[in-house]
This record gives sequence, C-alpha cells and structure tokens, in this order.
Amino acid sequence: MDDIEFLEDDFEFVGDKQDINKDVVLPAKSFIKDVWTRFKANKGALIGAILILIIIIMAIVAPMLSQYTYNMQDTAQQSMSPRVPLLENLGILNGKSGISQYTGQFANTYHLFGTDHLGRDLWVRVWEGTRISLYVAAFAVIIDIFIGMVYGLISGFFGGVVDNIMQRIQEIVNSIPTLVILTLLLLVMKPSIYTIIIALMITGWIGMARITRAQVLRIKEQEFILASRTLGASDFFIIFKAILPNIFGQLITMSMFSIPNAIFYEAFLAFVGLGIPAPQASLGTLINDGFKTILVTPYMVVIPVIVLAILMLSFNLMADGLRDAIDPTMKEM
Amino acid sequence: MERERILKIRDLRISFKTDAGTVQAIRGVDFDLYQGETIAIVGESGSGKSVTTKAIMGILASNGQIDSGSIEYVWHDENTGERQERDIVKMSKDDIQKIIRGRKIAMVFQDPMTSLNPTMTIGKQIMEPMMYHYGKTKEEAYARAIELLQEVGITDAQKRMKNYPHQLSGGMRQRVVIAIALSCDPYVLICDEPTTALDVTIQAKILELIKELQVKKNISVIYITHDLGVVAKVADYVNVMYAGKIVEKGTIDDIFYDPRHPYTWGLLSSMPDLDTDDDELYTIPGSPPNLAHEVTGDAFAPRNQFALNIDLRVDPPMFDVPGSDSHQVASWLMHEKAPKVDMPESLKKRILKMKKEGLKNE
Amino acid sequence: MDKSTLKYIGKRLLISVVTLLVIILVLFAMLKMMPGSPFNPEKLSPDMIAQLQAKYGLDKPVLEQFVTYLKGMLTGDFGISLSIAKNIPVMDLVGPRIGISFGIGIAAALFGALIGVVLGVTAALKRNTIWDSLSTIIAVIGVSIPSFVFALLLLLVFGLKIKIFPILFNINDPIRSSILPTIALSVGAIANVARFTRSEMIEVMKSDYILLAEAKGLDRGTLIRKHALRNTLVPVITVLAPIIINLMTGSMVIEQICSIPGLGSLLVRGIQANDYYVVMAVAFLYSLLYVVMMLVVDVLYGIIDPRIRVGKGD
Repeated sequence: MDDIEFLEDDFEFVGDKQDINKDVVLPAKSFIKDVWTRFKANKGALIGAILILIIIIMAIVAPMLSQYTYNMQDTAQQSMSPRVPLLENLGILNGKSGISQYTGQFANTYHLFGTDHLGRDLWVRVWEGTRISLYVAAFAVIIDIFIGMVYGLISGFFGGVVDNIMQRIQEIVNSIPTLVILTLLLLVMKPSIYTIIIALMITGWIGMARITRAQVLRIKEQEFILASRTLGASDFFIIFKAILPNIFGQLITMSMFSIPNAIFYEAFLAFVGLGIPAPQASLGTLINDGFKTILVTPYMVVIPVIVLAILMLSFNLMADGLRDAIDPTMKEM
Repeated sequence: MERERILKIRDLRISFKTDAGTVQAIRGVDFDLYQGETIAIVGESGSGKSVTTKAIMGILASNGQIDSGSIEYVWHDENTGERQERDIVKMSKDDIQKIIRGRKIAMVFQDPMTSLNPTMTIGKQIMEPMMYHYGKTKEEAYARAIELLQEVGITDAQKRMKNYPHQLSGGMRQRVVIAIALSCDPYVLICDEPTTALDVTIQAKILELIKELQVKKNISVIYITHDLGVVAKVADYVNVMYAGKIVEKGTIDDIFYDPRHPYTWGLLSSMPDLDTDDDELYTIPGSPPNLAHEVTGDAFAPRNQFALNIDLRVDPPMFDVPGSDSHQVASWLMHEKAPKVDMPESLKKRILKMKKEGLKNE
Repeated sequence: MDKSTLKYIGKRLLISVVTLLVIILVLFAMLKMMPGSPFNPEKLSPDMIAQLQAKYGLDKPVLEQFVTYLKGMLTGDFGISLSIAKNIPVMDLVGPRIGISFGIGIAAALFGALIGVVLGVTAALKRNTIWDSLSTIIAVIGVSIPSFVFALLLLLVFGLKIKIFPILFNINDPIRSSILPTIALSVGAIANVARFTRSEMIEVMKSDYILLAEAKGLDRGTLIRKHALRNTLVPVITVLAPIIINLMTGSMVIEQICSIPGLGSLLVRGIQANDYYVVMAVAFLYSLLYVVMMLVVDVLYGIIDPRIRVGKGD
C-alpha cells in the first residue's frame, strides 16, 4: 500500500459526479435485427441464401433470355457438350467432347450446358427444371404453413377432446409412409407436378402441426396468456395477437426444413420415371435421361446433379442458419 | 483445539476466452478453509462464486484458464497418516481426477432434478464412485450405499436403490446427491445453492441434514449462495464476492452485525424480511460490471453512493478492521484518511433487530 | 414391468392396429375407385366381364368384399398380377424379393447407424475442431444430396473406373454385389444419425448430471461410456423413422439403378405398368414394416427411458 501515491482529492466523495443509478444495459436490438445479425454471422447460411437467390434469378431469367426453348429439338445439334465463351480458350468446356461438334454452321453457337440426345439446349432445360423444383418448394412452404400450422394451432389451443381426436388422426396419418401415399396416388393420377403437390399436402403438414401444437401448449401456460384471458381477450384474439407472433420464428424455420424434403421427392420420382411427362423437364428427369448415356456424355448427368445438390444444400444451410439465428437454444430436429 | 487449515487459496486469477474477448472472471481471490468449519461465498450471479468453486474442483469449462495463484489442499493419508500438501493448479488434470475430485472434495449441485443421471438407478450412481476410487466390490459398495441412504434420511433404502431419479421427489433427490457426494468420504463438501431449487419446507431440512452430517463426519463445507438467509443459518465465516474479488470477509457476526463494505450494506438491506418496518425493498442500484472490459479502480465504485475519487483510480487493498482478527474489507473507506461513513439508518435498525432475535433461529 | 408401461404399450399397440386397418381400408377404397376396370372392356363382352367379376368376387356386397380383402392381405394373398407377370399370384412375385430388399435395407441401416453414431460422437466430443467440421460437413452433404446421386457416383467410381465391385446385381454373388448399393443406401442414415447424435451428445455433455459425474472424479473415458453415451443413444432411436423412410425411397432408386430384384424395383415397375395389385402389395408391406418398426421403437423407448411414461406423457 506504501507504493500508492495518494492525490489530494483522493479521499473526497465522488458524489454527484457519477450517476449510481445508471444501468449498464446493452443497447436493445429488435428481434428481426438480432436474427439478422446472427444469421449474417453464420457463413454457411449466408452462402446458402445467396446461392438460392442466384438460382431463383437464373430459373426465372435464363429461359427467357435464351434463344432456345425447353422443347426445341434439332437433330443436327444432338448431344453437343457444353461450350462456354472465354472458358473454351482455356481448354475446358470447349464443346469438343460431345457427339455433334460445334463446326460448320454451329461454329459460333454456344450451348452453355450442352444439348441432349434430341438436340435440346440443356441450359434452358436445366433452369426450366429448377423452376419445377422451386414451385414444389414454394408449395411445400404454403402447405406447411396453411395446413400444418392451422391444424397445430387448433389442436393445441382448444385442447381437450378436440385435441385428443386431432392427435389420433395425426398419429395415424403419420404412420403411413409418404412413399406409400405417393405410389398410391400415382396409381390414380398421372405423374405430374400436381400429383407430387397433393402427396405433399397429405403428409407434409404433420411435422409443422406437431411443432405448432407443442409451442402453443408451452406458450398457453405462460402468464401473459393468462393475463390477456383475464382481461377478457377472445380466443381468436389470443391466437393471432399473443400466440402466433411468439411461435412465428420456429414455424419459419420448420417450413424451411420442409423445402429440401419436397424438392427431393420431386427429383426422386422423376428419377425413377414417375415424374412430370416429357417434353417438360425437371432436374430429376434430366438426371434420369442423362443416366442412360452416362458413359458417353457424363455432362448430361453431372450438370443437373450439381444444380440439384447445390439447391438442396443451400436450403439446408439456410434453414440451419435460420434456426440458429431465430432461436439459438432450439435443438436440432 | 488447534484449527487445521485444509484448503488455502492465494491470489487466484481465472479468465475465460469468449467470443466477446477475454473475461477476467476471478481477479485475485484469497481464502482459507479449516477442518470442520463452514464458509459461505456470497454474491450476485456473475460475481465469480461458482467459477471459484469449479476451479477448486478442477472442473473449469474448457475455455477457462487459471492465470495465476494457488489452490493448496492439505490432508493426511488415510493409511499412513502422513501429511500431504498439493497445489492443484500445478497438478495434471489426470492427477486431480484421480487424487482430489470425488475423494478429497465433493459437490452438491443446485438443481437435484437435473443433476442425477436419468437412465441409471440411484443405487448404481451411489456405488459408482466407491467402486471406481477405492476398488470396492459390488457387495461392499451396495452395503455402504444402503448405509449412506439411511444416513441422509431416506427410508426404504433397499427399494430406493433400484429406483430411477424420476421416481423420487426433489427433496429426496437432493438427499441422494448428498449421499453420492459423501460416498468417498471427502473432507471438503461444496454446496452450490443446494436449496434454491427446492420447496421452502424442504430447504430447511436439507440444510439441517448437511449440518448434521458435517458435524458427524468432521468435514468442511463451502456454501455458494446469494441467499443471506441461508448464510445466517449455516456459515461460520462469510466471504462477500463482487466482480471476481472478495470485498469483505469475516465471521458471520462480523458480516451481519458489523458490515463495513457498502456492497455488503446493500446485500443486507436487500434481504427480504417478512416483518420489516420499511415499505420498500432495498435494491443495489446499477448492474454488475462487464468483466470483458478491464476494470480500473474499484469495480463497485460506479454503483457506490459513497465512492471516493481514489476508487475510480486504484483498486482498494484488503484492510483489517481494527479490533478484529478475522474481519477484512476491501474498501478505501477503511483508510485512515477517508471520511467517516456510517451505514444507512434503516440497515442499522435491521441489524439491531437481528441481534435481538439472533441469527440462527429464524 | 409396471402397470404404466403395460398401459403405454397397449395404447401404442392399439394405434398401430388402427393404422394398419386404415391403410387396408384406403387400399381397398382405391381398388374400388380405380379408373377403368382391370378387364379391358373393348376386348371382352359384358358377359365375360360379369363372369370375371364373379370369379374375383367383385359382385358381392362391398363390406363382404372388404372382409375378404382384409383376410387376404393379412394372410399374404395379395391377388393376382395383372400385367407384369400375368396370372401369377402377387405373393409369388413379392415373396422372393422381400429377403433381398430387407437384407440390403437392414445392412444399410446398421452400417449407417454405426458410422453415424461414431461421426456424431466424435464431432460432439471434439467440438469446434477439424473433426467436428468434417463430420458436420459429411452430415449436411448426406442430408442434402439424394441417395440416388450417391449411388450414381459410387457406381461410376467403384464399378466403372476402378472395377472392384460389380455394377449390376448378381444373384450368384449376392454379398459382393450388394456392397455398393448398401453403402449408397446408408448415406442418408449416416447423415441423419450423425446430426442427431452430435446435437444430443452436446446437450448431454452440458447437463448437470455429467457435471456431477465429473465431480465424482471419474475419468473422461468412464464418464463418456457410462453416463454420456447411454443418454445420447436412447433418443437416437427416434431417428429410426426418417431412416426407414429414407431406406424405402432409396431402395426404389438403387434397386432400379443396380438392377436388384427387390421390392423397390418391383414397385416402380408396378406403377409404370399400372399393375395395381402388385403396387398395393408392396405399399402394404412397406406400411406394415413401418408401423411395426414404429411400434418397436416406441415400446423400446418407453422401456429404456423411464421418463417417457411419466411426466412427458407420450
């Protein structure tokens, strides 16, 4: 203590020079801002989101800008391998490995992803196929939200007999594998995107309904709900004003997770030959077509596989990131 | 009788590496624990009391690190009676696990609902450390486990051995946790808020049980708590912690009847009291400092209405309270040049009342 | 086993039975609503159709037809193939394929679970190290990339380029020719199990009872073996449901690619040929498998983890 040099005013009170009641509180952030900060910090999720954005833009724009259409056949341009300007000078993607060559009248033609065995431009077909996947994705979300959420809300909120019956129904539907429902539907309906969407409608809502119900049950027990009840709030009001905003984050996450699943089912059905009929293209049918000539023209398989993989990976990464950002404590489902 | 020091902690400094930077969680803690005595470490959450005890157990989280200081254990070998002295800061993780943890020191955790393994029977969980550390056979361990269960006041011990934790009530589970802690005959028992998760009616019983076992087995107990009510009932010595430092220490009478640090005043004033005359419940203004930033001067100064200019500049050392050999306070108010400050009137009244009623029989 | 366990099992059993009945009812209803008749009306006279209908019992009251149908399904009489192999009982088509499909499926499930648990546990214990990242990447890729893509890749690399394993299924060498399909099929299971195990293990390692076990002075090995692993693995059996579905869908593709004479490829052919007795038989078998597996999982879970019955309810 001897080595401390005391100043003259050391033993005077600080007094009013400081405000002892000041609470050092971290600057409050809005929920959305908070989520966004955490989401941004997750590199994988951010990359996923950017890739999804690029893919969506490509799926909309690419077929529109191309001079080809998805069903334009040209036997003179059969199975041409991808040729990309600039890259061709580096010796890759120069279009030389295909069956038809970029010579003669096609010397200045560029098929970025090549052509298939009927001479259709794969660049357009791949992005058209991606559109199908995205449609399915969009429907998956809508189904999840509308059917699943409503079901879960009703079941959880009203409880009692209603809940009991709804839970038993849910259990039974849940015990029938999606695959079985799909195959049975395919017996009565022609393979098409609608068949897939209906199949998703029958099974896709269950996960969401379960989560919604669990959340509703949890939140229902909390005091602010009791408070609004005692203040005379109606059921309807409570559901929309008190419960929905509280479970919204988790619901978004949940529906994001259903997207890759839906995309997978479409591609899978198309791959086994039960997808949308020709000449329409989906990523699955493109992979299936390409698989037949995988030894000669591997690019026909490789390109749609890569796009499909990136699409599913991106949605998974984004869903993971969203889950962590919205509710850091939520466990993996 | 000579008091025997069994745990000696000097200048302990612990930091944690987090995303927000390095957090200086413990900034120079000293204290001693003597055979058969009870000390309490009191403080707000985040004051570093749990970190201190985890360091004593050698179970700091992986991002935590002891920067300096020593934690010395002293014991007599159970066979030869030879005196042993080890500083666990210098010991390897393996040695701490083999020699110290479980055998010399054991811990009772806050929440008995979650501190037992849900998929293992009660019996197995009690028998496990005995068989592990002392190589007891199953039969020996079983017999001892039954004894332990009876000692902690569980009836039907045989039947309970086969139960899973979820089949027991919270109070019973905490008794089981205590039985586990005592199974290897430790000489130090750390109780981390052992009653906060329990019903009020059971709290007192658990505290009594710990006290009874402590006397019977002549072990020392460290209580970590924010509840001064518990402290008053069980402790011999009290260490008041604030922002990773001990700001006041002394016997229970020192702290309750003659508190010197403004933070201790705050703690005592904010103690809920059913028949208090005051209308308002006193709270300490402001909030604890963020230890991720370097603290200059006294960490409590920004919340201290009696802060001195020097508090903002220099961290106060421990001052001995004149006329007491146990009472120490880290506050510049204790300096001879400091203006004389009295505790708030309302607290004075409170202390008078406490003196009248006595601390232990609330 | 105490009373609550029995009650819980009984309840699960009841739900399973009801589910199966519902499935059979749906199958039967579909049969009734099927567009067109199984008999070609252009080639057959009304008389002949009536005769055929009598032969297949289609002229009886619906309820009686359903009872007959139900009995048939439960005794393995799935009707007669209409187009894939005319007039052959579906059971004869399905029977020999069950073994092949289940063999590969079980092998893939076991392989996937084993690798998945190892990956997940490693990732959780070596959190934020290269091992964790590696195992997380494998898991994300495994969840994201459909099994048929993996099957294609494996076939390309090991069947065509390196030629260690045959590409197509060979009934005379079932083990060797099942290796590639099994691995391809197990990718989804590996990913699912690894993801789940990792997050579960991390939760468990953070729990108070692990802290207590640590405070007992157990070494890390004992701590993980005796306390962490069991508590991690018990919930992992809940991912069995997605795994089985994964395997079923996966098998359809992989059996198709590798020409494995299994249920999956039969189902695809059945749908393409509109052979609906065949499709229904396979659909029923898949449902049966799924319902039984779910029942087993729930009952096992109820027995292994005693907390399920109390408190949490079901």
